Amino acid sequence: MTRVDGAAEEFVALGGDWEDIAQELARRKEERVVVNMGPQHPSTHGVLRLILELDGETVRETRVALGYLHTGIEKTMEYRTWAQGSVLATRMDYVASIMNEAGYCLAVEKLAGLTDRIPERAQVIRVLMMELARVSSHLVCLGSAGNELGGTTLMTIGFREREQILRFFEMVTGQRMNNAYFRPGGLAQDLPPGALDWLKGVYPSMVRGMDDFDNMVMANPLWKARTVGIGVLNLAACMALGITGPMVRAAGLPLDLRKDQPYSGYENYDFEVCTADTADVYGRYLVRSNEMRESMKIIAQCVDKLERMDAGPVMIDDPAIAWPAKLEVGPDGQGQAPGHVREIMSTSMESLIRHFKLVGEGFRVPAGQAFQAIEHAKGIFGVHLVSDGGTRPYRVHVREPSYNNLQSMAALCNGGTISDVVVCLASIDPVMGGVDR
Amino acid sequence: MSVEDVSGQALAAVPAAAGGPEVVEVRRGAFGVTGSGDTSGFGGLTGLTQIPGGSPRPYGGWHDAVVDFLAEDLLGAGLAEAVEKVVVDRGELTLFVRRGDLPAVARFLRDDQDLRFELSLGVSGVHYPADAGRELHAVYHLMSVTHGRRIIRLEVAAPEADPHIPSLVEIYPTQDWHERETYDMFGIVFDNHPDLTRILMPTDWVGHPQRKDYPLGGVDVQFKGASTPPADQRRSYS
Repeated sequence: MTRVDGAAEEFVALGGDWEDIAQELARRKEERVVVNMGPQHPSTHGVLRLILELDGETVRETRVALGYLHTGIEKTMEYRTWAQGSVLATRMDYVASIMNEAGYCLAVEKLAGLTDRIPERAQVIRVLMMELARVSSHLVCLGSAGNELGGTTLMTIGFREREQILRFFEMVTGQRMNNAYFRPGGLAQDLPPGALDWLKGVYPSMVRGMDDFDNMVMANPLWKARTVGIGVLNLAACMALGITGPMVRAAGLPLDLRKDQPYSGYENYDFEVCTADTADVYGRYLVRSNEMRESMKIIAQCVDKLERMDAGPVMIDDPAIAWPAKLEVGPDGQGQAPGHVREIMSTSMESLIRHFKLVGEGFRVPAGQAFQAIEHAKGIFGVHLVSDGGTRPYRVHVREPSYNNLQSMAALCNGGTISDVVVCLASIDPVMGGVDR
Repeated sequence: MSVEDVSGQALAAVPAAAGGPEVVEVRRGAFGVTGSGDTSGFGGLTGLTQIPGGSPRPYGGWHDAVVDFLAEDLLGAGLAEAVEKVVVDRGELTLFVRRGDLPAVARFLRDDQDLRFELSLGVSGVHYPADAGRELHAVYHLMSVTHGRRIIRLEVAAPEADPHIPSLVEIYPTQDWHERETYDMFGIVFDNHPDLTRILMPTDWVGHPQRKDYPLGGVDVQFKGASTPPADQRRSYS
């Protein structure tokens, strides 16, 4: 316990001594305490710091401090080519990394006027991957929320099913996370042989995992006691605070850009926009849970389309844009196919020049600006790109849904109890990699 | 009131098309080669940083109606000069707004029943060091939930010497953190913001990292005796 002259008294908890501090406070008849939660706290979802002013058990004021994971991704992108941006974008919200790539690549394609020239097969695979990423993100959200409420089984269910998705991602992209699979103009590579069959094999067990989850929590009185009527944020408040994604849908507004402003061919799929009318934490989980099933419906449609589709290109047919790569798995892991390297290095001068131009210099994008919004797992993910006509972005700005939604912490927590702070935070589902960028 | 009823007077409130793109900066050469030793030809390259110029009517789609309804509101409020330029590029509508009139324009866009841009998607800063007197741009994206989720863009410019732009927090509370971020990264001061402090950088940080004159930072990468400078000090094509 320390006292700083002229300032409020400061207590330092060293672990296991909360009881002593509480007793000391009671002895001094001190009612209002300011508590730092984070930045290193397992239930603040990464390095988020909450500064809570408590009156006994009641939260009087919530302040959010962030920036602990700020890595300057937007600035770094200004020094890399348009194609390299995908590798950086994927590292923002690392729980749904495919979606960040999608937003970035669609924005580059809009700015460069390529949107209508993306091959059909690439579009379908993109939708497949985005929906898998949505399911994966929601599973992490539901699972970790369950864990934070003391239900470790919920976490194991969530992470078990997510593991299947990550395995599929690894099979297709070579990496579990931070895939950089979407590229301006299409995809890094086609699905490997057998990938769709593997996905069809695990599909029923994934749906069963979702049933397990629902059966365990949605009618569970303990779960409901912690979530029903907690962290209410009605539609007017959501609009004022710019809240999107499952949070605004739980407040009753079917705002889903996949339906409203379709991109990547979402208009060709049959799915529903899930909403709830409770505007509370329970409603948000209900929306996510239902949304996963709708995503599974879309995934099944994608698999069906791909199986009926002839093999075809997954990259735009434009040698000035398409990244010259052909990956395959060799004895030492995934890399450029030996035949592809041989063509560039020893047989075709044109291939060499093209590789040199595209990889060393990159393609140019006409000057101007574009804004592309997509329905990310967490809400509206907007990418604002400015080009000066060069081979690198002049400015990239990302309107990150987690960053925006986290603004609602004070509205959700003030006046509630401290035990609900973690519940409210988990219902926003922020990922600090995306928040801080 | 229909679009046709207002279009006559509306034309007076928004400027007509003003020619081609505005050149902000002319860049010469590449790879740092100059003078008679340049056998590559790179030294003769010229690059332009451009901002699209005003677009002629009709803008196409719903863009005309939105501009007309806004113009009607602005004329009624005596703000005929509020919109400096209307640009339609890549199917997107951009209104360049005089910076003092930004709150009035945003309020009309939010409240007019024919516009109803209720959802703000934040603000993005852009730094054009060569655009004298208009170095710092703030770019806003607004979405209308009522009218088909359409999105428009507002762009406001301020000089570096006087980097003040009115805050929109009162109209769109969601702007709070977005304006703090843009202040943090670009040093744009949003007047009347309730708590304009740094948000991502530490509070005692000096400088605004996403300005063009702020270095990216980094160290040389060394590999087998060769040394590569950080990304912002390498030779580059753009």
